[in-house]
Amino acid sequence: MRRAIAICLLFGFLPLVAVAQEAAPMAADPELEKRVLALAEELRCLVCQNETLAASQAPLAVDLRREIREQMQRGKTDSEIRAFLVERYGDFVLYRPPVTPATFLLWFGPFLLLVAGSAALFIYLKRRSLLRDHPLTEDERKRVEALLQ
Amino acid sequence: MIKYLLPLSIFIVLAGFLAVGLSRDPREVPSPLINKAAPPFSLPQLHEPEKSFALEDMKGKVWLLNVWASWCITCRYEHPLFNELSKTGFVPIIGLNYKDERPAARLWLEQFGDPYLLSISDTEGRVGIDFGVYLVPETFVIDKSGAVRYKQIGPVTPEALRDKIIPLVRELQR
Repeated sequence: MRRAIAICLLFGFLPLVAVAQEAAPMAADPELEKRVLALAEELRCLVCQNETLAASQAPLAVDLRREIREQMQRGKTDSEIRAFLVERYGDFVLYRPPVTPATFLLWFGPFLLLVAGSAALFIYLKRRSLLRDHPLTEDERKRVEALLQ
Repeated sequence: MIKYLLPLSIFIVLAGFLAVGLSRDPREVPSPLINKAAPPFSLPQLHEPEKSFALEDMKGKVWLLNVWASWCITCRYEHPLFNELSKTGFVPIIGLNYKDERPAARLWLEQFGDPYLLSISDTEGRVGIDFGVYLVPETFVIDKSGAVRYKQIGPVTPEALRDKIIPLVRELQR
């Protein structure tokens, strides 16, 4: 009985062992693999959209890492490989989108908000100091006291 | 007055942005291939692997390229539509059998019907990468000159077929 349980456990864990091996780095050349991962860090996986191509285990991400690896072995530069992917999947694959009219708001929006916020703060402070510069007249003070009583 | 209008208008603008954001499907990434030449390919056929099939073979025709696989569950949803469509002979459909095994793929067609003029085997998914495939199924409408004119990401729905694909094919066939 105990042996049967042990065998069940062993086979139960086999798939996990297989998965663990699949996730191991694939290129024999660690220098190249480092370059592949550095580039893949900057690229978005289209299947699980908030993961990088380096982190994702989706089949497409594995294929695209293979594609990047092979292109690097053929001597392509990082920007050539990036262009290859943009041609197929669009700017969406880039975590750092290029500056185009469509992305102006994305790139410059925060500065716009900063300018608007500073302007609002400036106007507010200016108004407050104006109030301070005009102390109440004697009549006004009397009215205030009457109202407060 | 402005004291009340300003926060209100900021709120309305923000709500407008968020409403647009909510109504969009983040999984649908516009394809950069639209209105550009389809990437050339030449792949072995699924049923006769010794014969190959290339993009040029469809030159002069308007056709659909449907990316499918036997492991793809949503493909089963759209498949009856293609079966119906192929019966009418309205437009040829080529199947791109994506990252699949031949026996499994053939069995799948036997089981669910084969609406394709022929299917080609993209075992390693390289042609899929060239076409920017990231969600199976996907369907492309390709015109007589070999340019991609439309891409359906995910399964073709009866609405998409009726309102987009069929009118577009009809227009391109003229």
